[in-house]
Amino acid sequence: MNRSATPVNWVINGIAAAPGLASGSSLLWQKESLHFERQTGKDPQYERQRIDKAVKTAQEELELLRDRMISEKHEAEAIVFDAHILMLEDPTLLQYVDGLLKETLNAEAAWMDGIQFFSDQLASIPDATLKSRAADLNDAGLRVLRHLLGIKEGNLFEIGQPSILIARDLAPSETASMDKRKVLAFCTAEGGPTSHTAILAKAYGIPAVVGLGSAVLDIPNGTPILVDGRMGYVVVNPNEETLQSFAERKRLEGEKEEVEVRSAHAPATTQDGVTVEVVANVGNPDEAEKALDYGAEGIGLFRTEFIFLDRQTAPTEEEQSLAYQKVLEVMGNRPVVVRTIDVGGDKDIPYLDLGKEANPFLGWRAVRMCLDRPDFFKVQLRALWRASLGHDLRVMFPMIATLDEVRQAKSLLMEARQEVVQAGYSVADKIQVGIMVEVPSVAILADQFAREVDFFSIGTNDLTQYTLAAERTNPKVAHLGDACHPSVLRLIKMVIEAGHAFGLWVGVCGELAGDPDAAPILLGFGLDEFSMSPRAIPHAKAILRRWSKEQAKQLADQVIMLDSARQVRQKVREYSLGQNSR
Amino acid sequence: MQSFTAVVVNDVGLHARPAAVFVQTAAKFKSSIKIRNLTNGKDFVDAKSILGVLTLGVSKDHLVEVQLTGEDEQEAAKTLKDIFDNNFKGLL
Repeated sequence: MNRSATPVNWVINGIAAAPGLASGSSLLWQKESLHFERQTGKDPQYERQRIDKAVKTAQEELELLRDRMISEKHEAEAIVFDAHILMLEDPTLLQYVDGLLKETLNAEAAWMDGIQFFSDQLASIPDATLKSRAADLNDAGLRVLRHLLGIKEGNLFEIGQPSILIARDLAPSETASMDKRKVLAFCTAEGGPTSHTAILAKAYGIPAVVGLGSAVLDIPNGTPILVDGRMGYVVVNPNEETLQSFAERKRLEGEKEEVEVRSAHAPATTQDGVTVEVVANVGNPDEAEKALDYGAEGIGLFRTEFIFLDRQTAPTEEEQSLAYQKVLEVMGNRPVVVRTIDVGGDKDIPYLDLGKEANPFLGWRAVRMCLDRPDFFKVQLRALWRASLGHDLRVMFPMIATLDEVRQAKSLLMEARQEVVQAGYSVADKIQVGIMVEVPSVAILADQFAREVDFFSIGTNDLTQYTLAAERTNPKVAHLGDACHPSVLRLIKMVIEAGHAFGLWVGVCGELAGDPDAAPILLGFGLDEFSMSPRAIPHAKAILRRWSKEQAKQLADQVIMLDSARQVRQKVREYSLGQNSR
Repeated sequence: MQSFTAVVVNDVGLHARPAAVFVQTAAKFKSSIKIRNLTNGKDFVDAKSILGVLTLGVSKDHLVEVQLTGEDEQEAAKTLKDIFDNNFKGLL
């Protein structure tokens, strides 16, 4: 498609994923070439095993992609992946590669020589279809090379000018190494409001619209685009009128935000004098510093996965301990809730060998995996104890579904303490221990769980996906996964009440805590701690200050009687308008 | 040994999807199966190799020859010949 073919003032509606307005030119996210060494003197059998393993992993990825395409009715694209899968197990290709391995060549070089040889052959036949088959072969071959090198997808893309980044969907591994300062906004064809793109965008204060459909992938690079991350739409090739009204809105929003950021360091005290805690969700030490700038009073969710991703071997106790200390030092004596590792079959961590699962979100993940591998889990628990002295470190277990799991996890935590003390380290006398409430079973039995822990932190993203049986990463059911649904709100209310009855503090660390519509409802339920993306803190504090707890309680009592998330949001907005007019 | 010749009447020849179907079907049999393009003279390749079959450059109306050797050669020959005779009907 060339530039002149893109319509003027073309509005594409998607799903609002991260608020903010952005204007700029488009850039399609791409994957770059991979580099490898050429070596000889290798053991052919061993190298062949490496290839077989990489091929198998690549084929599993391709099968997943193919199945997703089929389920989304993109049969034509699914066929492409079928061809990729066949090419990777081609006997002629493997024979050729085996020949090179016998000459003691390393797996990477032998594999790519084979791919090159056959793609040259295909490209040399005067037939346009076969040229694209050559491209398919290269694509599939690179996928295997990537696994041989242990490199994550798309790590090497450089963004030149600050741009509006367009992609099919972005994986955490892809965004990890991205220069976010050059991203004005994210626009993705797939993904839902709680996809990784959305969470990342919120964390960095970058506007994002997801689920725009594959038409956005055809927008030529350099096309002017406006992005409205709050309403969830983009305008491609805007006309003069649209540009002007957009610029005016952007100016007004900027002014408002400035005022809020200035008062972000003051506590969130309601009109009737109730102060709630507003803290941050962070994924690494850099974000912790940013959280302080935005007025975070602590860390309500420190995701520890970053220590485990993008590497070939498990991090040592020492390494982990240093990483935790870094965040604790940034936060001084403010509370830091550390969530133990939360991964499953949706993440590729070679040394954990998690395997692909049909339903990773219902599978062997987080604490389920950790309790089956106590030796691995205890490395993290010991590292946490080693970092505990002199700070308010709190430990939180994710994906708890049964009481037995909590008891087991707690006993491992105590074993880890003993081991660290025996090794001669000084540790905190006691640390608070809590659980994520994200599986409905825990919300329902919250009174029983309350006897086992010091706090509850409600993970509303997962609680919503499990309550409404709507997978977070599936755009087709994204509209179902709104945490403002009365069913989810009632569960939250139950958890808060059960927690308070046993003297626990209760927080929310999902996206809901920073959702302007939800903040007054949660306040009304009596929530103690609101944990959110750092950038959302100033606005959330400003909202909480406008309410009295009494009013919020009235609102909360009303919304749980409504029958849809849409009605709930509408009700909150009506209420807020009434307030502003006073 | 079994062998047969067939004219590929499919619009895209033995590329893309038809090639994949042919290779996947061939791979189901134990026999060793080879195919060559008699129209452009490209010599025998392994019929269970998608890359091999693609490099034959079989376009619409090309004549191919298939040779089969092994315990299930008869059944394999019949199955593969049917695919060409029925022009991949119901398989694409």
